[in-house]
Amino acid sequence: MPDQGVLAIKRDFKLVGTRPLRPDGIDKVTGRARFGADMSAPGMLHALILRSPHAHARIKSIDTSRAEKLPGVKAIVTRDDFTVPKRPDLADICTNVMARDKALYDGHAVAAVAAVSKSVAREALKRIKVDYQVLPHVTDVDKAMSPRAPILHKKMRTEGVEPKPSKASNVAQRHEFGHGDVDKGFAEADIVIERSFKTEATHQGYIEPHACLASAGADGQADLWCCTQGHFMVRNVCANLLGMEVSRLRVTASEIGGGFGGKTTVFIEPVALALSRKAGRPVKLVMSRNEVFRATGPTSSSSTDVKIGIKRNGRITAAKAELRYQGGAFPGSPVQFGAMTAFACYDLENVQTIGYDVVANRPKQAAYRAPGAPMAAFAIESVIDELAKKVGMDPLEFRLLNAARQGTKSSYGPTFGPIGLEATLKESKRHPHHLAPLGPNQGRGVACGFWFNFGGETCVSLNISEDGTVCLSVGNPDIGGSRASMTMMAAEELGIPYEKVRTIIADTAVLGYNEVTDGSRVTFAVGMATIKAARAAITKLCERAAKIWDIPAEAVEWESGYAKPAGANAGNFKPLSLAEIAAAAASTGGPIAGHTEANADGAGVSFATHMVDVEVDPETGKVTVLRYTVFQDAGKAVHPAYVEGQFQGGAAQGVGWAINEEYIYGEDGRLQNAGFLDYRIPVASDLPMIDTVILEIPNPGHPYGVRGVGETSIVPPLAAIANAVSAAAGVRLTHLPMSPPRVLKAMMENGHGA
Amino acid sequence: MVKVVLWGSLKQAAEGQTEVELDAKNVRDVLDRLRERYPGLAPQLDRGVSVSIDGVMFRDAWFAPIKPDSEVYILPRLAGG
Repeated sequence: MPDQGVLAIKRDFKLVGTRPLRPDGIDKVTGRARFGADMSAPGMLHALILRSPHAHARIKSIDTSRAEKLPGVKAIVTRDDFTVPKRPDLADICTNVMARDKALYDGHAVAAVAAVSKSVAREALKRIKVDYQVLPHVTDVDKAMSPRAPILHKKMRTEGVEPKPSKASNVAQRHEFGHGDVDKGFAEADIVIERSFKTEATHQGYIEPHACLASAGADGQADLWCCTQGHFMVRNVCANLLGMEVSRLRVTASEIGGGFGGKTTVFIEPVALALSRKAGRPVKLVMSRNEVFRATGPTSSSSTDVKIGIKRNGRITAAKAELRYQGGAFPGSPVQFGAMTAFACYDLENVQTIGYDVVANRPKQAAYRAPGAPMAAFAIESVIDELAKKVGMDPLEFRLLNAARQGTKSSYGPTFGPIGLEATLKESKRHPHHLAPLGPNQGRGVACGFWFNFGGETCVSLNISEDGTVCLSVGNPDIGGSRASMTMMAAEELGIPYEKVRTIIADTAVLGYNEVTDGSRVTFAVGMATIKAARAAITKLCERAAKIWDIPAEAVEWESGYAKPAGANAGNFKPLSLAEIAAAAASTGGPIAGHTEANADGAGVSFATHMVDVEVDPETGKVTVLRYTVFQDAGKAVHPAYVEGQFQGGAAQGVGWAINEEYIYGEDGRLQNAGFLDYRIPVASDLPMIDTVILEIPNPGHPYGVRGVGETSIVPPLAAIANAVSAAAGVRLTHLPMSPPRVLKAMMENGHGA
Repeated sequence: MVKVVLWGSLKQAAEGQTEVELDAKNVRDVLDRLRERYPGLAPQLDRGVSVSIDGVMFRDAWFAPIKPDSEVYILPRLAGG
């Protein structure tokens, strides 16, 4: 594989940093792995959801009487079966799961049926009569902010503005970040560029649709099997929505066919539980792809204005951005993260970002890898590219001149510790890709990106079996190779082979709360918990060895899988292996295990630089990606193949977002392309081999230096590709996706088309 | 006393302040003092915040220590995908 390598840091690892086979590989290629829709139970019913065909409508009445009379129908639920919780975030989830007084978007759930078969359920849906009063709608973010826009929530007042508004608005909140004096900075600038950008909403595009099986008993206890990024979150939210005691609901996560942030909330799970409770039988609910597009969370569409001023030597004097994100029908777009990350790559004396969280008649957005950051990076990095060209500097050199480093006051406030942005820029500058020649109609683009990463609540349990094998129970669904990396870290600490450890995803009754698999937290936080659990087990193994040898526990040390006397004074005993101590466990005090319960903090921020070559067909405007290289800081790559996979996956999704993917709404506010035929994600033939370079600037907050890597890789691609296309097309592209008609139009308007 | 910087959106609820001096030895103290001094911050504090101490981000860590010369920022609660 060309140009791939691990640079710099030296640590004495035996397993960490190697590439063992993935533990879930055979299950997944043989079909043995059980995904959400693979679960079934005796007496199981099939459920379907009736969805609003209108973008915005008052629900005057719902008549289910004819459906109830249909033989085989066992339960129907509507808004009357849910009590809206007081907590605002849960109230929104509840109202999203089942519409109340209004349908707020095309696809909003209005009723659900559980029946003996899907065909009966389908017939029952036809018999439900919903009386709608259709209302004016708005789907565009800038139009939704207009004072004349139809209002979604009459009680919504914009937070964070002075004076406090008295009138309802679709703007939920205003955010502001920054420091210094931007007016002064712009006055000092020799060159100022101002531009506006738009991005369309894209879906995470996970291949597995949402699916679950719910079984609620008459005794108030319930079980739920579902496809999710966080089954503890599902348990807590569903229990709250259904008025259950949390521990009476046990949730088991299935294998997961992709999430990318989209499975960090609930959509169908509370509905299946409510139906099961009503019917007294297990209920299976599986979304179609059409439903996934219309009624789960895509990312926000955005509209951004950027202004950056520089001196003639390329140094930035001031930077400002206003970002407007619509997050669907409820507050909570990730605009604050867009505003925080927008200029995080730069060392700025004067910076200001303002973000507006806007509601519109679209499905409630859900997280999508580094939520909010890619759209902001697209806007900022496009202007940076233009400024570099204006002063005749190499775009990497321009970024190096202005790059954030250790000690830089970040654009969102805190001072950076050791960070890897400069390393990614320097590495990309000397990479062969940077020096390769370009042909006609081709362009090269670069862009940088930043993401925070975090840790969070984590609980793991490591149990040693009598034959010396180990079972590690974690509470986070494996969406990016966590079973492999946890297995490696446990085996590394214990000093035993990778094959001797099996890592499983335990259900919610087995472990304490584990936060969702998100925020690039798992390798960092669960990894740290695993290391601590292994060290706790080692302490117990040493204690048992000490008992066997009849010496103090302090006189025993652990080395490469063996307990040994810690020096000559401790006595002359033959080292005992983990398996030997485990075999004697019953006689020396019982089972040996290590546990960790922690709230992991200290996640290190992460930076990346991407470089891409494209060719633009001057006759059609079609963009072909020719070459792509990702340079990213991983802190420490535990399993480099998975790290490379994360880098490549982010780039691939970025290619889709930049070139093709787009939620297209008709004049009627209905989604026009709710399927993979019309909503085009990249396929293998759309992508070159994506090269990766792993940088390792250790995170001081983790025992091995690990930083999260799952999200940063989707931050730079939109901008890098836009810069490449702009170079190839000879015109600045400011609206994503850069689909053939949009590119061709821009070229024709600029006199560059064929 | 510790200097605590609030992100810009909180200015309105904090009587126009973005930098406040608080008597605090840990995160819980900071959040309690803010709530006492600026009741208007309650809805945002209830929704959750992140606290950055000397460049390290904490989300739920009442007892994370803060030194008098620590750099402390109150920021939106981080979320991810």
